[in-house]
Amino acid sequence: MAIEYQNIFTQVQVQGEPDWGMDESGEMMADRAGRPRFSTLFGLLGNAQLGPINVSSYGVISCVCFMIWFNIVGFSMLAQVGWSVPEFIRQLFWLALEPPGPEYGLSMPPLNDGGAFIIAGMFFLGGCVAWWLRTYQLAQQHKLGKHLAWAFGALLWLILVLGLIRPVLMGSWSEAVPYGIFPHLDWTTAFSIRYGNLYYNPFHCLSIVFLYGSVLLFAMHGGTILAVTRYGGDRELEQIYDRGTATERAALFWRWTMGFNATMEGIHRWAWWFAVLTPITGGIGILLTGTVVDNWFIWAQEHNFAPMYDGAFGYEDYGSYETFIGKEN
Amino acid sequence: MFPKWFDKWNADNPTNIFGPAVAVGVVGSAVFAAALIVTWGNPYQTESMQTGPRGTGMSVPEYNISRTAPDPTIEAYYTEEPYVPEGGEELAKDIYENVQVLGELTDDNFNRLMLAMTQWVSPEEGCAYCHGDGGIETYGADDLYTKVVSRRMIQMTQNINENWDGHVNAVAEVGVNCYTCHRGENVPSDIWFNVTPVNENVGGWSAVQNRGTTMSSSTSLPSNALEVYLTDYDSYVNVHDLESRVAGVPGLTEDVASIQKTEMTYSLMNYFANSLGVNCVFCHNSRAFYEASEYTPQWGIAQLGRQMVIELNQEYLIPLEDTYPPERLGPIYADAPKAACRTCHKGYQRPLQGMNVTNDWPELVSSEAPVYE
Repeated sequence: MAIEYQNIFTQVQVQGEPDWGMDESGEMMADRAGRPRFSTLFGLLGNAQLGPINVSSYGVISCVCFMIWFNIVGFSMLAQVGWSVPEFIRQLFWLALEPPGPEYGLSMPPLNDGGAFIIAGMFFLGGCVAWWLRTYQLAQQHKLGKHLAWAFGALLWLILVLGLIRPVLMGSWSEAVPYGIFPHLDWTTAFSIRYGNLYYNPFHCLSIVFLYGSVLLFAMHGGTILAVTRYGGDRELEQIYDRGTATERAALFWRWTMGFNATMEGIHRWAWWFAVLTPITGGIGILLTGTVVDNWFIWAQEHNFAPMYDGAFGYEDYGSYETFIGKEN
Repeated sequence: MFPKWFDKWNADNPTNIFGPAVAVGVVGSAVFAAALIVTWGNPYQTESMQTGPRGTGMSVPEYNISRTAPDPTIEAYYTEEPYVPEGGEELAKDIYENVQVLGELTDDNFNRLMLAMTQWVSPEEGCAYCHGDGGIETYGADDLYTKVVSRRMIQMTQNINENWDGHVNAVAEVGVNCYTCHRGENVPSDIWFNVTPVNENVGGWSAVQNRGTTMSSSTSLPSNALEVYLTDYDSYVNVHDLESRVAGVPGLTEDVASIQKTEMTYSLMNYFANSLGVNCVFCHNSRAFYEASEYTPQWGIAQLGRQMVIELNQEYLIPLEDTYPPERLGPIYADAPKAACRTCHKGYQRPLQGMNVTNDWPELVSSEAPVYE
């Protein structure tokens, strides 16, 4: 058993002369910063080579915006605990930078009552948009398709709906999501409860389908490719245009298992669309909530898909408290 | 140390023993753990109390270990049957000085109740906790705050049993007495004080939430839910729109609740559930929290409970603020201690697991003269 060459992450590490990437025009090296290095630890998880990184204007703008956002959020939290660092660490997951109350509408509130949130939000948005432009520009420079930029754009849609489009349509910045670990989860739960149970929102259903579908497809595809690597299946691009026994076996496995199989190329379209549709449908569902539908459960009843259940409500019809606590049999 | 032939054989036949050793270890541990669970029983076994129709997932689960364990304070409960008056006995108001609330009791019953109250509230300090060390002739004096407070607490107990029958006797005739809250302690456990604002340097909505406090049950939900919903008669817990589309700006239009208010209600509901050791579906069908046709009877009982607590806080507990010494007041705002669900329930669906605490104490079920049977 050659166990020393195997781990569940990456089978083989390549370390040697660092790869700087191509430079067809002779000018592209100017953008590349950082001396490339190798890390055995990173090699266990992915490529062992770290760097160089492409430093473009959009990248710099994005990083600066995110840093400002991060600092506004962090220092607001620190201020809330009276500038006590131990308390800041202790309460870190509880603390948040909150949007203003509804009384301010869409106006600019005082800094300590949501104003800092608005400013932080602008920088967060700037950072996200610049990052999206960076993915687009890099794809352009490398003469790639824009698939990754459009996929990140789908996420950008969801971010915009949550933090900008929906609050504006609702007429109040208080509808935005707070920046905080637990508080943004509180917001999510309260959002669902307030609008009569988001599980009855069809677009929420679709988003869940695509999210869990993405996970399933990822596991199926990853498993399939690893399973046929011994026949060269990990060279997916070559297999796409020159189908070999790896592809044949993978295809047969799924066709015989469930009667249908994706193709070596098509599986990536499946994965891309499932991933991209998750935030797109989710964003639509959130955008409709509070603007078009205020109680999804009642909406579901009106559209005849909220089932009724027969039976009494209350434990008295199913047993007694005394039996439950073991006082009677 | 081994014979030569053995070392030679080993050298000639290199074998990886780690693979099989790991496999045997893993399988062996699993078998050992499985054997333990089968023979000793699963320590995390639960039992569920069904609270709604099949298919709704409505049930309240509890670990068997705590489910069948009796509330330890039940054993320490002191009670004594009343002495049924035969007529013509002298009454406490005629015998003792300054008897304002229990004057209609006969001497025997008056002293019986005084003794019981000592057991319930100040078992260590005894009579002196309220009446001081001055001897029997000073027992009429109102010098100690403890005596003034206990008089008001007796009235509160009578009010609860008399007027809040729908809450305290909703499922079975149990009532309340001093022990329901006190459990042998001078100050009941699970009382609460004002804590908000909890955050510094911020105003409004940011100031009352996002801190792990007792008042938020260690969540990041608002810490002011009890302060608002359990002291303000006009507070309104509901957050839902009862039509699929309702125009209005949340938080500004009347009856159009904001997400912030929803979080405050959530915080209160979380407190309710923790206080009773139950979950949401003890009262609600969680698919539609507001839907009245899918409430359990417990929803109505809890609803009355909230109204009752507001009254207790407003009429009895908060007005005592000036009577208490500083050490009994809130650590932050020096406010009076207040009651809520957990002050009586102590984590149980029914306080003292449904033990009747008024059958021996007709003196505490009515502000009128007691009726003995």
